[in-house]
Amino acid sequence: MFLHQRRARLAVASTAVGVLALVGACSSDGAGDADESQSGEPSGEITVLTWRTDLVEDGTFDEYVETFKAAYPEVTDVKVEGITDYEGEVRTRMNTSNYGDVLAIPGSVTPDQLGQFFEPLGEFDEMSQEYRWIADKTYEGLSYGIPVVGNVQGIVYNTAVWADAGIEDFPTTPDEFLDDLQTIKDSADGVVPLYTNYKDAWPLSQWDGARGAVTANPDYVNEMTGTDAPWSEDTDSGVIDGLIYDVVAQGLTEADPTTTNWEESKRLLGTGEVATMVLGSWAIPQMQDAAEAAGGSREDIGYMPFPAQVDGTFHAVAGGDYNLGINVNSENKVTARAWIDWFNNESGFSESQVGLSPRVDGEVPEALASFVDEVELITMNPAPEGKESLFADIDTASGIVTTDPKYRQQIVDDARSGDRTKQQVFDDLNEAWASGRADVGA
Amino acid sequence: MTTAPSPLRSGTAARQAPGAGAARGTTPGGTGRGPWLRRLTPYLFLLVPVALLLVLTYLPVANMFWYSVTDWDGLDKVKNFVGPDNYVEVFTEPDNLRVFYVSLYYFVASFVQMALALYFATILSFKVRLKNLWKGILFFPYLINGVAIGLIFLNFLKPGGGLDTVLLAAGLDALVQQWTGDPEIANYSLAAVSVWRYMGLNFVMFLGAIQSIDGQIYEAAELDGANRWHQFRHIIAPSIKPILGLSFILAISGSLSVFEIPYVMTGGGNGTETFVIRTVWMAFNRGMVGLASAMAVILLIIVLLVTWVQRRVVPDEEVDLT
Repeated sequence: MFLHQRRARLAVASTAVGVLALVGACSSDGAGDADESQSGEPSGEITVLTWRTDLVEDGTFDEYVETFKAAYPEVTDVKVEGITDYEGEVRTRMNTSNYGDVLAIPGSVTPDQLGQFFEPLGEFDEMSQEYRWIADKTYEGLSYGIPVVGNVQGIVYNTAVWADAGIEDFPTTPDEFLDDLQTIKDSADGVVPLYTNYKDAWPLSQWDGARGAVTANPDYVNEMTGTDAPWSEDTDSGVIDGLIYDVVAQGLTEADPTTTNWEESKRLLGTGEVATMVLGSWAIPQMQDAAEAAGGSREDIGYMPFPAQVDGTFHAVAGGDYNLGINVNSENKVTARAWIDWFNNESGFSESQVGLSPRVDGEVPEALASFVDEVELITMNPAPEGKESLFADIDTASGIVTTDPKYRQQIVDDARSGDRTKQQVFDDLNEAWASGRADVGA
Repeated sequence: MTTAPSPLRSGTAARQAPGAGAARGTTPGGTGRGPWLRRLTPYLFLLVPVALLLVLTYLPVANMFWYSVTDWDGLDKVKNFVGPDNYVEVFTEPDNLRVFYVSLYYFVASFVQMALALYFATILSFKVRLKNLWKGILFFPYLINGVAIGLIFLNFLKPGGGLDTVLLAAGLDALVQQWTGDPEIANYSLAAVSVWRYMGLNFVMFLGAIQSIDGQIYEAAELDGANRWHQFRHIIAPSIKPILGLSFILAISGSLSVFEIPYVMTGGGNGTETFVIRTVWMAFNRGMVGLASAMAVILLIIVLLVTWVQRRVVPDEEVDLT
């Protein structure tokens, strides 16, 4: 519920994506306003809101601020506010004008709302030469945010446990994955093969990261808006949610999912009591830290792609993490902009987070290098122009809300109790989706 | 602000010179305005609490009514008026109605809770050794923060946790369950935790009512040969009828507005979602503040209705034991 609840929403964001619209004319007055407050040298003080309370507490941000001030001597102060419930609190604060100068754009802000709250950072066409994954926070050709780090989506696992069970290769199909988990269950007593983190719920949304990777189709999410039955045996949604159903139904997850605990789960993975968790690559450094704290080794934490291949190749979706934006009410936009540029280019943040650099020419961090060698990265395509909010509209109207973990909790419940078969689960989801499409008139 | 000290000073003057009626209202700065200000003084004192009440209670409630007829997502600067759509949605969506079913568990549990509280209150109103210690023990759970209770019981009820350990040690292996993991049992477990937590409040209310009964009545009853049950049946129960009525109302509104214990313990998963959990989820996870406001308004109306019915059924009459 703390640091990473937001990640549940990132998937939304990437679906409700902005346009590559080349509306040069429209952007001119926005840019005109911007010029006034965005000229001059960075000076004075700014406030930065961050969701990384851990990095505020351990002093990492103090170092960032010192380095930044050394680069821009006119800047008197950078106040960093760490916010635990970032999504919820910042969203509430955005009802006022007081939400810092630089902040991460909450995932639940829809593309058409960006202009109400954030300063445009530039035109998409121009910025995309330099930065990746900015389409999420682009509306009508203007980009409002730059991601601090790029994540790939896959599965975190304990290398020692998997090796002890005699498994050497990454599973290539969901069935093979289930077999491997069964092997782990059989060979190591008391080890939970896969931990769902059901109670904290948002980790279940992390499975969304495989949408597009299963069939290597960067348009998968966009295509969901055009079908009445996205859940079937061979679609991405069907494979992902079907795998959740199977893994739970076959008893390969924790015995009592309602008593899971996110903070505890990090330790469990580190000590090998849990073998596998489906999480984005952002989780790797946290898991490594936890493993070390529990007396294990950082080497024990490995990362594998979602068990599905197309033409013998694994695929993984790469996408931006939180995007930094500038408060439209900020009185010091020059410095705010300087902070964003500095943070993405000079701070070394993405490297330290074992993530991909948001810069097009950025380097791949060492810990991910072997993963990236075996896996082909794909970036989901933004929704076509005029349909930016179509997915979100259908999603909401259907009542499923794929970005909300609730429907997956229901799948877990059904798989445990056997109340509904996998096919019934799919049928119900498809029916809801179809009625959602009908409501929206898609 | 500048005139505020004058009534104070005139008051002081009056006290310093008792009987000197002329001093009133004629002290410097207060000439002629004294009586007027004097009448105003209580209202000036009321200003702060009333302002707080308006700003922190009535204004948000009024806002809530307004949000409940809009499609607001909690963020957008434009709130579109949608009329009663949200209310229709609340009552037509089966998932929204299922949460009332969960409330029944807590409603039934609240009778268990009242019965236990009444039992203990009756016993402890008679002569018992270490009476105050028992009172303290019974009331203590109510003083603990609800979130803390949720966390305590989470560890107590989890597989291999405290309860299972006790059961195994007592040789009751067959009773070991997934207390919150089994959908058949989860709501009973949570309702039991709720009983544990709130029984203290009922207990104190009942005890207070029982202790207000004149001791001589018991003596007279004992002389007439009444045993403890008779005393309870004919003296205690009728005397605390208003409190019982009140507890009943609190039980209904309480069972509809159950929140923190299931929220902390299961997050509303596994079929334990309550009305308030769903409202909070609607507002903050799904960003449907309009719909969530409508749900809050409905809860408010139900509670008001129940209270009104109670006032009708159990009139607020004086208890007469003679």
